[in-house]
This record gives sequence, C-alpha cells and structure tokens, in this order.
Amino acid sequence: MTAHPYMANSAPDLRQELLDAVGVADPEELFTQIPDDHYMARPLSLPPALASEGELSRHLRRTLSRNVDCEQALSFLGGGVWQHHVPAVCDEIAQRTEFVTSEWGTPASDLGRNQAWFEFASQLGELLELDFVALPVYSWGCAAGHAIRMASRITSRSSVLVPANLDPERMAVIRTYCGFEIAIETVAIDTSGRLDLADLEAKLSEETAAAYFESPGSLGVIETEAERIAALARSAGAETIMGVDPLSLGVLAPPGQLGADIAVGSTQPLGVHMNCGGGAGGFIASRDEERYAREYPTLQVSIAPTAVDGEHGFTMTLFAQTSYGQREHGKDWTGNSVYLWAIVNAVYMSLLGPEGFADLGNLIFARSHYAAARIGELPGASVRWDGFFKEFVVDFERPVTEINAALRERGIFGGGAISEKAALYCVTEVHTEADIDRLVEALAEVTA
Amino acid sequence: MSYHAARWDEPIVLELGRPGRRAQVFEPAPPADLPESIRRATPPALPEMSEFEVQRHYLHLSQMTLGMMGVNLFGTCTMKYNARLNEHIAARPFISELHPDQDDETLQGVLEIVYAFGEILNELSGMDQFVFQPGGGADAAYTHACVTRAWLEARGELGVRDEVITTIQAHPCNAATAAAAGFKVVTLPLEEGGYASVEALQAALSDRTAALMVNNPDDMGVYNPDIKRWVELVHEAGGLAFYDHANFNGVMGRLRARELGFDACMFMLHKTFGAPKGGGGPAVGAYGCSAELEPFLPRPIVRRDGDRFALERDAPQSIGRVREYWGNVPVVVKAYSWARAMGAEGIKDAADLSVLANNYMEKRLLAIRGVSRSHPDATSPRMEMTRYSLERLTRDTGVTVFDVQNRMVDFGVDAFWLSHEPWVLPEPFTPEPGELWSKEDIDLWIDTLERIVDEAYRDPELVRTAPHNQAIHQVDGTRVNEPDVWATTWRAHKRKLGAAVA
Repeated sequence: MTAHPYMANSAPDLRQELLDAVGVADPEELFTQIPDDHYMARPLSLPPALASEGELSRHLRRTLSRNVDCEQALSFLGGGVWQHHVPAVCDEIAQRTEFVTSEWGTPASDLGRNQAWFEFASQLGELLELDFVALPVYSWGCAAGHAIRMASRITSRSSVLVPANLDPERMAVIRTYCGFEIAIETVAIDTSGRLDLADLEAKLSEETAAAYFESPGSLGVIETEAERIAALARSAGAETIMGVDPLSLGVLAPPGQLGADIAVGSTQPLGVHMNCGGGAGGFIASRDEERYAREYPTLQVSIAPTAVDGEHGFTMTLFAQTSYGQREHGKDWTGNSVYLWAIVNAVYMSLLGPEGFADLGNLIFARSHYAAARIGELPGASVRWDGFFKEFVVDFERPVTEINAALRERGIFGGGAISEKAALYCVTEVHTEADIDRLVEALAEVTA
Repeated sequence: MSYHAARWDEPIVLELGRPGRRAQVFEPAPPADLPESIRRATPPALPEMSEFEVQRHYLHLSQMTLGMMGVNLFGTCTMKYNARLNEHIAARPFISELHPDQDDETLQGVLEIVYAFGEILNELSGMDQFVFQPGGGADAAYTHACVTRAWLEARGELGVRDEVITTIQAHPCNAATAAAAGFKVVTLPLEEGGYASVEALQAALSDRTAALMVNNPDDMGVYNPDIKRWVELVHEAGGLAFYDHANFNGVMGRLRARELGFDACMFMLHKTFGAPKGGGGPAVGAYGCSAELEPFLPRPIVRRDGDRFALERDAPQSIGRVREYWGNVPVVVKAYSWARAMGAEGIKDAADLSVLANNYMEKRLLAIRGVSRSHPDATSPRMEMTRYSLERLTRDTGVTVFDVQNRMVDFGVDAFWLSHEPWVLPEPFTPEPGELWSKEDIDLWIDTLERIVDEAYRDPELVRTAPHNQAIHQVDGTRVNEPDVWATTWRAHKRKLGAAVA
C-alpha cells in the first residue's frame, strides 16, 4: 500500500515498527475500549479519495472557478464585509507557516506571535484612543453582543438600546447573545439618518445597561452627536458602546475622545480579504479601568518583564476570569477566534501609519461621495441621506432585485437590498472614478 | 544541544520608523468635508515606516514563532499537516474575493463545496444537517445551547427544563456556553474507570434536564463504554444529547454519533479536518444535528436543487445567527480538501495510526522515571491521547509541569498541553501524536522529555530557570493581573511606567 503524504507512519515498514514496539499484530487490538455495539452500522461511504495533489488541485480549481468573484465583477456590496485593497505584505505575513501553524505555545517560543498580537492591540488602541484592547472575537456582532453583556454585568441592568436601522446580520447575532436575558429596545432614526436623540432620551431609564450606536451607522451615515449620546447615557447611569469602522478613524474623531466607554467594530477592513464572510472579526476595547477590564470574556496579552532586567515578553492577562479558567463561572465564554487575522491587522496598521489612515479616509470619502452624486443625478434613483462615509442608501423606482439582475448581466454587483426598492452601496478606495462611471452608465440603462 | 531559537532584537512596532516615511500611499483626494466637531484632531500615534521595514519586522516576528517548525504534539488539538495546497487555493480570489451577499448564481462553486462537505460530515456522523457558522468549537457548543433553548420553547418547556449536564472532563466551553445561554450546569465527577458512572448520571437527570453535553473519548484517552446507555437515559428524561467530537481522531471511521443516539454533534475543522490553527483561528466548529433539530439551526444553510445550489437565508424557527454570514468559508474549503485527500480509507487509517502512535508513546513514556498515567487501573489501551502526571517528579525535585514546558522549547519541541481546568490529576500533561508525526519526531519528543526529567533530578535549577536558548528568557507574569501593571497596549504600558517612575 502506498504511503499517504500526510501520514509519515503510513509507510509499511514504519507501521510495522510501531506495531512491533507496542506488541500487537493489528491496530484493531488497541480499540478494545469501544464496545462492539458502538461500531458503525455500515462502513463509511465517501467520495473517492483524490490522493494526488495534482488531481485534488484540479478538482478544487474547476469547482471554485464556477464562482464569479469581486475581482472579476465590479462589486458595490458592503453591509458587514467590505472590499478594500489588501496590501501584498499582509498576504505574505498571513501565509507564514510559523504563524499559520502556531498553537498555544509559550511566551518565549511564540514570542513573535505574542508580540504581533500586542501590536494589534496597541495600534488599534492608538486608532481608537482607548487603552485596553482585547484579542479579537469572531465578528463585529459577537463583539457587540459581548460588550452589551459586559455592560449588563457592570450596571446590574438588563436592557440595551440599539439603533432601529442596525444591520440585520449584526442584530441577529446580538439577539442570540443577549436576547433571552437582556431586553433589546430600538431607538428611532431621524430624518437625517442619525439616532433620534429625543427618542433616545425618552427610552433611557434605570433599566438601561447600555446605549449602543455606530458611527458610521449601519447605513453609512456619520453620527454627529456622539458626545451628546454618551452624555445622555452617562446621566442615565448607562454605559456607552460605540461601533466604528476602523478605516474611518484617520478622518473621524476616535471613540475614546467622544466619550464611549466601550468600542467595538470589525477587524476585516484592516487588511483581511472578504473571504466570503470568513474574513469577519470583531474587536472590543475600552478605557483601561478595572470596572471594564474585569468583565472581558476574551483572551488578551500584556507586556511583562522577564527574568533578565530590561527584557520584556508578552503573556496572557486576566485569563482566570475566562471560561478556560472558571468554566461556567467565567465571563461568558471564549475559545478559538480569529487570531491569525489579528496579526494581519497589525501588519496593515503598521503599513498605513497615521498619514495612510488619513489619506485612505479622505479617498474613501471622496470616492463614495462622487458615486453618490453621480447616482443621484439619475432620474430613477435618489440618495437618501448625505453625511455618510463609504456606504450610502439609494432609493430606486424599480425593485432592487430587478436592477441587480440587470447589473449582473453587465458584470456588476449592485449594492445589497435593504428593502424592496432601496439598496446600500459601498464605495471604497478600490473603486476608481472610471469604475463608478461604468456603474452609473449601467444604472442609467437598467433604471430607465 | 544544537537548537537555538531565532533571536532578533525586534522593538515594538510603535518604536520603529521615522516621521515622514510611508509604506502605503493612495491616490490623492481632497480632505473630507466634515464638521470640525467630528473630525479627528490628532493623528493616531502609529509608526511611520517604509514598506520593507514593515515586511521585515513581521518576518522577524514570524521567525521568532515556533509554531509547527519543530515537533508539536499538543494534546486535545490534534496537530495535523495543514496542506500547503489548501492555503494556496484558499488565498486565490475565487475564495478570498467573494462577498457572502453575492447572488447565489455567482457562488455555485463554493456552495457546491460547502454542500458536499456537509454530506461528508453527515456520512461520518449520521446526522442530517450541518452548519458552519460557528467560528470555533466553543461557538458550536453555544450554538447547541441556543438550539436547545429553541427546541424547548417549541415544546413549551423553556424555563421548565433549565439544567445542562456535563462532566468534569468535558471541555470548559460546554459548561460555559450552557451557562451563558441561561442554563444551570450540573457537572458529574469521574469515578474509578476514568469516566462518570451511569448512577451519577441517573441521579442528575430529572424533569429539569434540558441537555447532556459531553465528549468521548475524553482528554485522558478514556472511552466511556456506557455512552449509549447515557444517551438513552437522557432521552428518557426528556433531554437532548450533544456529542462534543473534539476527540474525533481516535474514533473516526468506527462510530457515528447519531447511531449512538446523539441528537447533535460538533467537529472542529481546524483540528480533526486538517485546517490550520492560526494561533487560535480563524476556525470552524461544524455543528450537525438530527432532522428534528434542523428547523432550529442558525441560517443560512446551503440547499441543493438538482445541480444548482442555493442559500436558505432564514427559517421561521431558526435561532437566527451565532455569527454574521455563513462561516469561515476558506476553512470549510480546506477541510473539504483534506477529506477528499484522505478518503474513507485514509480517514480510518489516520485513526489507526493515531491510536497506534499514542500507545507507542505510552510504552516509552511510562518507562521514564517520575512519569505516571491517569487511572493506572484502567488497563485497556488508551485512544489517541493519554493523560500523564509528573507528580512524582515534582515531589522528588520541585520541578513542575510549567518548568518542563519552558524547558521543552529549548529543544525546538513545542510545549506540551497540560489539562483543562480543573486538574483532576496533579501536574498533568497530555501529548497527542496523531497521524502526521513520524516515529522519529515522536522519538525526539520522548527523548527530549526523558532528558529534561534527567536534568530535573540532576540539576533542577536548570529546568526551573528555563528557557535558556530562546529569543527571551522566562517571562515573569506574576503581576500582569494587577491593574497598575497590566498593559494590553503600548499606550497603557507607557502611562503605567510613567506613573510608576513618578
């Protein structure tokens, strides 16, 4: 029997050496713990093995080539995963086998990985102007869910206020994380697309653990009253949780400065491909106060001294309060997350630097506003709100499904439907003015 | 000793660079038209570096990461070969540049793979439907807790059945996710054979039982021979039975969770199915269940209609989402590729080789002074891993498992896994050789442990002060849980250092 490339001891001589050393004739003799009536009723029936790498590669490439990806098509989809330029260095580091294969390790032997994690948190902390940053959780929705649960424990209160136009995917995750023990109440959106402060004020109560809002909001509009929202929440004894797009923070004021107690958001824009949604990741950050730090369910590393003066390393902090440390008595729960992406995020933030974030923010602002202005000129389309960053809502006279089907025939993925006749368009630095002109020409045809 | 870890004097990235340098530039754009009140006033204090400086910094950090560059037999995590082909395929735009909200017609290739992989897991487990949305094993356990709630609600028993039963040897995430979903947790202790007794389970079961969440074999390599009876008893009591298949590697190809009676199970694609760990994700906890529970599964689910595939994005009784979108799709593709590379025969052979290699290790390890095995009276061969103890070594020399961990890496051997909390065995360690590692690698691992044990008896200080040939020395974490010391960011560290000096 030919040895399998993934199994060193499948070479016949090696198998025999092991059998001889253990003193059995057949591996079956080692499975005596399993009672006979536990064995499967019929043998496994799986598709035939593709043992040769060439054959397997061909099969995968042939199958996956049936996709149409966002490099082939011109895509304006956003909503929770966004197409951005991924620098080549991010891709190189994401592929480093040392990082890709690392497991738990020790602070010394995986020093490089732990330092990269610390640099993820440190650079994100600079962008957010917040001092305590955890390693990421699965997604923005998961981050918001944990943050709301943290606020509930901190305040001993059990309701949360969220914007009425919150992204439905994130909202569904928040419901799963919080819905059965924390009442989720929505705050109306005013005519400018921002949180209705009168409604917020009316709904803040002694039961409110937190006010959660986003800037830019789920439909792209920048919140201009963040400080006022935080002040209102504070006066009601509630925590302020602010969701942000990290790529906006070169031009928009950071949550730490606006009075947010906890900030959350997606890490995907920071150098991670969309990966069909698998690029998602979420961060949680806060002021570095015990009130918050002692409620984190996450893993995080702290810089720490070593046995040698002047030397430092990085090790887990506040580990004992996690579910690893305390099982059901820990804070929520934790496990594998998206830590490889955290390293990629660190690379991305180092590549951009302060000027890069400012330039990128301005460019995304300019391109998205150019697109909105051009689309707004079309007779069958209008842009609902101004004052946005990266994403904006377009109201059409025809159903979005019809428009998007027609655009698809022209090699364009239109913005995602948010209602029958409204779509959320995402325009970033990857879209040139020529791309946008192409979209507008196509829209002119299909909306006419 | 010939091994030495790479050692670069690599500052924190925030200390690098010089003002004015750039690693990425963008096409020019005018300043965004924003009100002063929301415009960022002070630029973030990020490094200003050239592109090469950034690249080299992170390459240095990667070189100072052991990962699987040496020998890594990290127990419970089933270290496998992470085929390069899969990394190569997943990085290509036909996966990496897909948006999950694209029209199904433009996603036919990836939908077919997700669907086909679900069929493979159905065949391996006997379940009827899998979802890949959970971002890890713990997330799959949480999914089960939420599915259980929805199932109870549909039966009018939510709030009545409010207890989840698990064992002290099940992964902490089972207990933690059940508690996070509002259940009271009942934890069964182990008895002489190394597993909890039927009687203990019977005593715990009642009309308040919502679910059992359990692994088998456990992390000691002990298989609970009464598990079928357990599932029957849980069903008789009116609860659901969830099989945490974290330790699938030793039983794959031999048993099916559904045939044992389980209602749901979970596979970790970043462990058993050859996708990489990434230092802790991106990962997938594939959650599968019976037809009875399918309506409650999170959506989307991939459906097949002839040769077309479509996403079912919602369902009336669904718990909704445990995470945005439909999962870590690249990880699913890698796991599918692994399963196709292995085939049915290869999968069963991997189980054989894993259990064979573990029993080989056990024979050699138990011959080392100071090493003992959990439940010495349980004499049947262990499955794919064995839980050992260095209690005697610690008693004789004062050297602990943590000291030995730190010393192992001096030989290019990744630190062993100890045990989840709580330690039911003193000074525990848990290697798992799996099917990847060669006999030479396994022998190197054992030789290394043998040498360290010998050092511990001859020169315990050498082990206690390890590591000695890493990029840094032993990290002193004694104060990292103190608020005026811990620093998860550079800005916090600088502030606290400043305060300490002042």
